[in-house]
Amino acid sequence: MAEPTKAAEPTDATPNVSEVDAIDVHSEEEAVAALDAPVERGEPILQVRNLVKHFPLTTGIVFKRQIGAVKAVDGISFDLYQGETLGIVGESGCGKSTVAKLLMSLEQATAGEVFYKGQDITRLSGKALKAVRRNIQMIFQDPYTSLNPRMTVGDIIGEPFEIHPEVAPKGDRRRKVQELLDVVGLNPEYINRYPHQFSGGQRQRIGIARGLALNPEIIICDEPVSALDVSVQAQVINLMEGLQDEFNLSYIFIAHDLSIVRHISDRVGVMYLGKMAEIGTDEQIYEHPTHPYTQALLSAVPVPDPEAREHRERIILTGDVPSPANPPSGCSFRTRCWKAQDKCAQETPLLAIPERFKSSDPPAAHESACHFAEDKDIVHAA
Amino acid sequence: MTIIDPTDAIPAPRDGETTAPLLEVRDLHVEFNTREGVVRAVNGVNYTVESGETLAVLGESGSGKSVTAQAIMGILDMPPARIPQGEIRFRGRDMLAMSEEERRKLRGARIAMIFQDALSSLNPVLSLGFQLGEMFRVHQGASRKEAKAKAVELMDRVKIPAAAARVNDYPHQFSGGMRQRIMIAMALALEPDLIIADEPTTALDVTVQAQVMDLLAELQREYQMGLILITHDLGVVADVADKIAVMYAGRIVETAPVHELYKRPAHPYTRGLLDSIPRLDQKGQDLYAIKGLPPNLLKVPQGCAFNPRCEKAQDICRTDSPPLVPVTERDGTELPGRASACHFWKETIHG
Repeated sequence: MAEPTKAAEPTDATPNVSEVDAIDVHSEEEAVAALDAPVERGEPILQVRNLVKHFPLTTGIVFKRQIGAVKAVDGISFDLYQGETLGIVGESGCGKSTVAKLLMSLEQATAGEVFYKGQDITRLSGKALKAVRRNIQMIFQDPYTSLNPRMTVGDIIGEPFEIHPEVAPKGDRRRKVQELLDVVGLNPEYINRYPHQFSGGQRQRIGIARGLALNPEIIICDEPVSALDVSVQAQVINLMEGLQDEFNLSYIFIAHDLSIVRHISDRVGVMYLGKMAEIGTDEQIYEHPTHPYTQALLSAVPVPDPEAREHRERIILTGDVPSPANPPSGCSFRTRCWKAQDKCAQETPLLAIPERFKSSDPPAAHESACHFAEDKDIVHAA
Repeated sequence: MTIIDPTDAIPAPRDGETTAPLLEVRDLHVEFNTREGVVRAVNGVNYTVESGETLAVLGESGSGKSVTAQAIMGILDMPPARIPQGEIRFRGRDMLAMSEEERRKLRGARIAMIFQDALSSLNPVLSLGFQLGEMFRVHQGASRKEAKAKAVELMDRVKIPAAAARVNDYPHQFSGGMRQRIMIAMALALEPDLIIADEPTTALDVTVQAQVMDLLAELQREYQMGLILITHDLGVVADVADKIAVMYAGRIVETAPVHELYKRPAHPYTRGLLDSIPRLDQKGQDLYAIKGLPPNLLKVPQGCAFNPRCEKAQDICRTDSPPLVPVTERDGTELPGRASACHFWKETIHG
């Protein structure tokens, strides 16, 4: 496999992500073996480079012509380290869920690479792809529609074993499913029940058990708690944190609730219109946001403290997210940004440590795609 | 029965001598007859709302908060729902005793509702201008042309850009935040005295949520409306509410002015809710979680409905249902507006 040479391309929005050690494999067996190799804690396990997904817009019934594209994901790069939780936040329509689907190889990427243990999963097929899919699992948002109502809980959680029989031999499956139910805090005797007999929180636990069934290394959680009640939300979050330690998992946690993302994440990426606006550790993003969009997002979060409401300075954005089919030129946030100047319309800001912070302390010096990045504490500005 | 024109009987808002509150719910019960048995969704709810005041009704799904609102609006499906007892007094007049014709006059004109899911609350095959104008055509007998002109005005009012150009658009052409603005415009159309907002921002992004809540607060101030805000989001409540009623399994378990509630909750459920929200400015190791699940309303636990999930539950909690009693300071000074339905409220609030 060729070394990625994307760094030379002008479309590269993130010039300073580390080079990927792509592994050379010559046969499928070698590829599968490489995918099963363990990764040290703190080493990158998933490396996303310039990932692009454009959905074509067509016209005409018989003779389809492409008239444009919805740029759902437009050049995203990040690393996921073993054992960490990477939070991805953004408004609806910013491409969070498309990223999740691309990482699961449920969608074919238009361009870019996703390296899992040094192998580009966008180009894998056959046994190797199957091995990748076993190691990357997903937890879905809506616990009501993501479970088949006509299957019992045992069948739902055991279904992954049908596709990957090597994980659990046939006679062993029932016991394995009961173990999983126990792990996620459900009574193992519920194995023959149907999803409708459970509440939302319990269903989400079933979804988590299904995600855990194949002993994955990475779990992609797409809004796993946003459909749950407050008191149940906390239970599920605690469960997920516990499981991460127990099974040594790496999470990609996609959500729009910034408080929950802060609670669970080690690093956070903020997405806007298919691009990464800012990425850094939770402290860097929440205490020292430098991108105006992050600042606006943080400022919009309602604070559960009535004392704060009189003197809290809030940035309220006007308007909606522009259509990803026709994004603004230059910086995509400029149409809603209060700092926007001519430069923002002409030059696309790159996701890099802003020039002015390069020499300063680490908290403010993290990657931010803004020409006029400025450190501003929003959370404590009460 | 003589039909009283509501505008005559109603004293002007902010009139110091107003005796009857804008809305008073007294001992309201709502039941649903289902195949499995009778579900008691609301079990003796009491609250009042004054003009210009915001009451937040806080609770998880199944706590009866939306059913109470629907009972106030008179849009419950009856059957299967039944209101065996209780009163809903609007400016002193019991709405449950009114004829359907009278209620129809109040609904929309004096009491309006904003629904959670704007997309499914709007008719997809009618233009937004037509749907907004319906309020004027039906209640005020306006012509189509007048109604459309007023619809444009309303859309301007809720800050929809290029209102005149977009009045003939259909719901699918609007974004979620814009649709919610249309819902607000529709509720405001006849300048009602009371607005019930049922989870108005739950389906929206935080940035849009902030815009919508801001708009709602601004309009409320301008028209001096009463607002019942139904939500499960403690953050939104802290931002806009004046007083709060916390509901659990069809009962109000605590009422308090907003500042008091966050500072010193007097019910273990409220305390648990407050502790279980992750905070932007703190990163604790473990999130506090209320154990267990909200009760099934078909078999609400004996005694206090919260007892199986409560850490402080004693024997008395499993046998006696606690009444909603006024909460006082340690020395017995009254705390206005505060009440708690817990046998051990003293211990909960005073530590």
